[in-house]
Amino acid sequence: MENAITSEKPVAQDDKKGEPVIIVEHLKKNFGEKVVLSDFNLIVNKGESMVVMGRSGIGKTVLIKCIIGLLKPDGGTLKVFGKDISKITRRDLDLLRLNIGFVFQSSALYDSMTIRQNLEFPLRRQKIKPMKGDLNKLVRESLISVGLENTIDLMPSELSGGMRKRIGIARSLILKPEIVLYDEPTTGLDPITSKEIINLIMDLQHQSNTTSIIITHDVELAKQASNHIVFVMDGIAYMQGTYEELVKTEDPKVKPFFE
Amino acid sequence: MIKQNKAKKAFLSETLDPFFVSAAQLAQFGWRSIREAVYPPFEFQETFRQCYLIGVNSFPLVGFTGLILGLVLVLQSQPTLVEFGAGSYLPAMSSISIIREVGPLVTALICAGKIGSGISAEIGSMKVTEQIDAMEVSGTNPFKFLVATRIMACMLMIPILCIYADMLALMGAFLGTNITGTINFNFFFNRVFEALHFTDVFPSFIKTFIFGFAIGLVGCTKGYHSQNGTEGVGMSANESVVVAMLSVIVIDLVVTQISGMLGYI
Ligand SMILES: Nc1ncnc2c1ncn2[C@@H]1O[C@H](COP(=O)(O)OP(=O)(O)OP(=O)(O)O)[C@@H](O)[C@H]1O
Ligand SMILES: [Mg+2]
Repeated sequence: MENAITSEKPVAQDDKKGEPVIIVEHLKKNFGEKVVLSDFNLIVNKGESMVVMGRSGIGKTVLIKCIIGLLKPDGGTLKVFGKDISKITRRDLDLLRLNIGFVFQSSALYDSMTIRQNLEFPLRRQKIKPMKGDLNKLVRESLISVGLENTIDLMPSELSGGMRKRIGIARSLILKPEIVLYDEPTTGLDPITSKEIINLIMDLQHQSNTTSIIITHDVELAKQASNHIVFVMDGIAYMQGTYEELVKTEDPKVKPFFE
Repeated sequence: MIKQNKAKKAFLSETLDPFFVSAAQLAQFGWRSIREAVYPPFEFQETFRQCYLIGVNSFPLVGFTGLILGLVLVLQSQPTLVEFGAGSYLPAMSSISIIREVGPLVTALICAGKIGSGISAEIGSMKVTEQIDAMEVSGTNPFKFLVATRIMACMLMIPILCIYADMLALMGAFLGTNITGTINFNFFFNRVFEALHFTDVFPSFIKTFIFGFAIGLVGCTKGYHSQNGTEGVGMSANESVVVAMLSVIVIDLVVTQISGMLGYI
């Protein structure tokens, strides 16, 4: 632990990126007897991309589900854009969520809708609905960005797992949110597609200064897309730092991840 | 002795707990759906889509059942009525029994099976595959979008399906009377409508709305509380049919009692 930057110290001071947009303080979450997060602290600044790593079943998905309000924390505070997620009204939460993209680990495409309808869904849920022509254009553009423009009229059940994953990413990005939470965006993809997705994530970050939290086991993704990496363990942010810092660590629990 | 008591207690809580849990869930869902349905934004498009799906899928089955029901009713009761010299009461008897009781009840029971299980399975599988969560993060209130619309659709469509079943059942009754003796179409239906009064039609029409609400509510509640992956979806669909059918029968009893007390008999 000597060379680790622990969670007590504020993150990303060296980054000239901007004010914090996600602040997680003393977050607790348990399911019955099972404690998943015990005292989790994390700050993500504007324009930063934070990679979350850790063993399977350690609570990474639980963490980002708490951030977007799908799970109710058992303690601690969670602020997104300065608003306390567990205290705001339903309507404000819905508005806030339009500004946050969430890529599900399981893709979570709507089975009863075609790919086009899946992508149109978030667009149609906005206060000001786009015109029909714009709708078409946006859907096409986002499909092209994930390289699946010819699946537009298929049903989700006709796609492979990796294709579904990419549609899930396209759907989360279609509203051009300021924050994107990716749950294992490249898992199950071949190296070439995976590279394309990494490029997509990085482009987005550079073009629109998106803030992102990326859960991944993919070292390549962590290396290329991260400003910071947080390593989750025993319910806390066990270790934080840049990719270069974590690669050099001698901690026996973290080291295997970067070999 | 203590052990026995404990076992008894465990048995009681095992059988009663699910009942109370499910009753509490239904009450909470019922209240919430009423509350959310009256506040904008309204999901008209989705409600219409659901009405269409419910209607299109159920009209053939409900119609066919209604027709056979009317036919059988007449075929079974005709000999007895004729024996007592009351053959001319046949149209009146069939209209009152079909419109007041048999038509709505049988339609609601069929819908409890067909529509209730469908809703529950659909919402349940959306729940376990995180599609409901995905809606939620798109800034959509899934309760409004999925639950309130389906309950509304059931409340609109089940009365219509009941009327449709009643009509076909009366046609069946006409066919039944026509098999043995020939009876004029106009004459038969004149007698049918002569026998009907507002006090017969009104309670049974109100009843169908309540049936619709109950079927939609049970289907949605059971689906929404599905757990344990795909296995749980099957279980909740099954439960929803049982609970919906029971509620239909209980509602039927209660409404009949109340309308009796109000003098609608
Ligand atoms: N709804 C739930 N009910 C009960 N336990 C849950 C629930 N969701 C998650 N858990 C538990 O929380 C723990 C953390 O789960 P989580 O999905 O966050 O893991 P993860 O770090 O994302 O793992 P992976 O890399 O495999 O996706 C798991 O041990 C799981 O058993
Ligand atoms: Mg996970």
